[in-house]
Amino acid sequence: MIDVLVIGGGNAALCAALMAREAGASVLLLEASPKAWRGGNSQHTRNLRCMHDAPQDVLVEAYTEEEYWQDLLKVTGGATNEALARLVIRESSTCRPWMRSHGVHFQPSLSGALHTARTNAFFMGGGKALVNAYYRSAERLGVRVRYEAPVDRLELDEARFVAAWVGTERIEARSCVLAAGGFESNREWLREAWGLNERGEYPADNFLIRGTRFNTGTLLRFMQGAGADMIGDATQAHMVAIDARAPLYDGGICTRIDCVSLGVVVNREAQRFYDEGEDFWPKRYAIWGRLVAQQPGQVAWSIIDAKAVGRFMPPVFPGTQADSLHELAVMLGLEPSTFVQTLERYNAACRVGSFDHTALDDCHTEGLAPAKTHWARPLDTPPFYGYALRPGVTFTYLGLKVDARAAAHFGGRASDNLFVAGEMMAGNVLGKGYTAGVGMSIGTAFGRIAGTQAALAAIKEHSHAAA
Amino acid sequence: MQQLEALTREAAALGQGRVIPIRALTADETEVGRQMQICNACRYCEGFCAVFPAMTRRLEFAKADIHLLANLCHNCGACLHACQYAPPHEFAVNVPQAMAKVRLQTYSEFAWPPALGKLYQRQGLTLALALAAALSLFLALAALLQGGLWQAPGPGSFYAIFPHNLMVGLFSPIFLFALLALGIGVRQFWRSAPPGPLSGAAAGEATHDVLSLRHLGGGHGEGCNNEDDAFSLLRRRFHHLTFYGFMLCFAATSVATLYHYLLGWQAPYGYLSLPKLLGISGGLALVAGTLGLFWLNLRRHPLQQDLAQRPMDRGFIALLLLTAVSGLALMLLRQTSALGLMLCLHLGAVMALFATLPYGKFAHGIYRSAALLKWAIEKRQPSRLHLTED
Repeated sequence: MIDVLVIGGGNAALCAALMAREAGASVLLLEASPKAWRGGNSQHTRNLRCMHDAPQDVLVEAYTEEEYWQDLLKVTGGATNEALARLVIRESSTCRPWMRSHGVHFQPSLSGALHTARTNAFFMGGGKALVNAYYRSAERLGVRVRYEAPVDRLELDEARFVAAWVGTERIEARSCVLAAGGFESNREWLREAWGLNERGEYPADNFLIRGTRFNTGTLLRFMQGAGADMIGDATQAHMVAIDARAPLYDGGICTRIDCVSLGVVVNREAQRFYDEGEDFWPKRYAIWGRLVAQQPGQVAWSIIDAKAVGRFMPPVFPGTQADSLHELAVMLGLEPSTFVQTLERYNAACRVGSFDHTALDDCHTEGLAPAKTHWARPLDTPPFYGYALRPGVTFTYLGLKVDARAAAHFGGRASDNLFVAGEMMAGNVLGKGYTAGVGMSIGTAFGRIAGTQAALAAIKEHSHAAA
Repeated sequence: MQQLEALTREAAALGQGRVIPIRALTADETEVGRQMQICNACRYCEGFCAVFPAMTRRLEFAKADIHLLANLCHNCGACLHACQYAPPHEFAVNVPQAMAKVRLQTYSEFAWPPALGKLYQRQGLTLALALAAALSLFLALAALLQGGLWQAPGPGSFYAIFPHNLMVGLFSPIFLFALLALGIGVRQFWRSAPPGPLSGAAAGEATHDVLSLRHLGGGHGEGCNNEDDAFSLLRRRFHHLTFYGFMLCFAATSVATLYHYLLGWQAPYGYLSLPKLLGISGGLALVAGTLGLFWLNLRRHPLQQDLAQRPMDRGFIALLLLTAVSGLALMLLRQTSALGLMLCLHLGAVMALFATLPYGKFAHGIYRSAALLKWAIEKRQPSRLHLTED
């Protein structure tokens, strides 16, 4: 019998497999996807949010535990578990030498992402390079890896893991780590979670998935049915506004639209609905997915003029371009007179001071609802550009409740040999909101903990059997 | 679709007499442009090589930009294996392959005389014909001058078969022509988008990057990819053996030429003489390097190459190998009756190599070096963009 069974094939699963193997356990890793798609959402990531008290290789200045914790507290609005959050934060300050030893390379912040130079360590080549490095290391260490092996259900003996079923195949192990991701690519579940809105729409039908197509939440649902303690709300997720032309799945980073704070955003009724200049874009991008999800038809349009060109990260698809606002409205399929009226009202309300996109500047609107509180400049310089936006789900937060040992819980009782890592438990730390790189911090910290605990549990079983 | 939109815009702008039309892109260039648009919105690969930092200084990719990026690409494969948008993703991003296709086009486009640029497209045939012609030439000359290959006058004396002046007379024009043709070609590449004034720092960095093959280091120094996502320094090392081996052989010939004309010392030289030491070490390095590169080429991941260019890559490697092996064999068999045959073989290989220098794989070194120099100059100039996520 295998010691540790790891279910999942992304960052958290790999961290668990590597740690368990290093602790001397025999390890089998089951990845649901074919090899070409391995790595779950980790293949789309790019960095790790890291605590550090002094400058460290690719990280400048310091990012203390307290500051990290405050950032997390702010974005989650308190929907977090302080003890587990601090565990993740501390782990993020010490895990990188271990990551390097398994072939992960770090690099300074990418161009256009310099605001993260202090807080986030970037993976050279991005998350897929990290995933590749971990798989190579795992295979070198003797971890058995199977692709196209989706687990349908587990066999439990009360709170104890007994076996996993892949189709008709039963796989026994002494302990198990669940790291199979959220349920963001399960369309029916998303539809059910978001329900029917007051306009009679199923909003989730218009969501695009930025992440992997393989996160269908099969085991999350199984565990829910088996009476495991759950945490979080099924509508909470890392959700950003992305280009409406993005693919249904796996759009990843490049489909984001970064010009929101340089212009205005209107909905299908050609009305503005939120302060586009509330705060720096990296601090606000993660709320726009939900904002767009609340609009009629779950669609919105980011509108800029020529002044913004060259000031934001280039989008993957070209914008719709027109020489007048009226023409742009026609091309975008918005009611032209309302659109022009909205824009003219906005333009007239702008109080332009000294524009500075790198500071919370004094360009704002007066007498306009909703206001635009920074970077408000009239959209008056053709050509004008419009980008259609849709909510893009990266990963869902509904998960399994865990403790500091990453153990799954049933009716408040911790399992001896079933552990959880990654998106399946991220909701313990991240109940809502998002801040860059924190998903990988949680996955790495709890992946490593779960792997260690699973190896310990398996060794304990060995000694029981021997006694 | 994107190109269609661009063309529509351009047509509209033209109608209003606002812009000068840009040169239309070929299908392969359009594909690089499409991929760069995706990469520029992602940028995860920025740390691997020079291509991506050069890309981030641009928002749009015109012909000259695409030519620069294509020639900066060393086909190390790092970005392919790390790419979240690589096939089977519907974006089908494969930068090394797209760049390789355009690279070949730039060689053809800038080739001089222009008519010979077509030779790049039929490399297998070109090399085979060049080699056959050069071999025939020397065999026929041998027959004409000596009455046959086995009629060599005295052991070890190849000038007795082909007088020194005859060899100089045959090789000098071909070599000088190769230099001229490559020089004109790379000058056109340079002038298609001049990067600005040259500084000592830029020249130093480009020279270092060329001679050390820095961009086959993967950005982290562990090397590049070949058959899968694992990194290896083998390609860099085999390429070093090939390049420096070639240069040692070249140095051997140059020193021997100086001996001949300045000092009046005639070949053959002893085993411990400078030309021999240079030639033997260079020849051995060239054999090891080309065999290694060939072995890596056989094992390369099918996506990490333009399969249509295999004949060019492998043909060039084979010709270098033949040059080195025949040179070493000539040295070893100099005292035997095989001297004549070996001499014809070696001279034929060298002549075919020289004749095809401006119209084959050799061009990659020239254009790559020019692209690296262009980039070293460009990166020292302030960017026109103020991109920020803030």
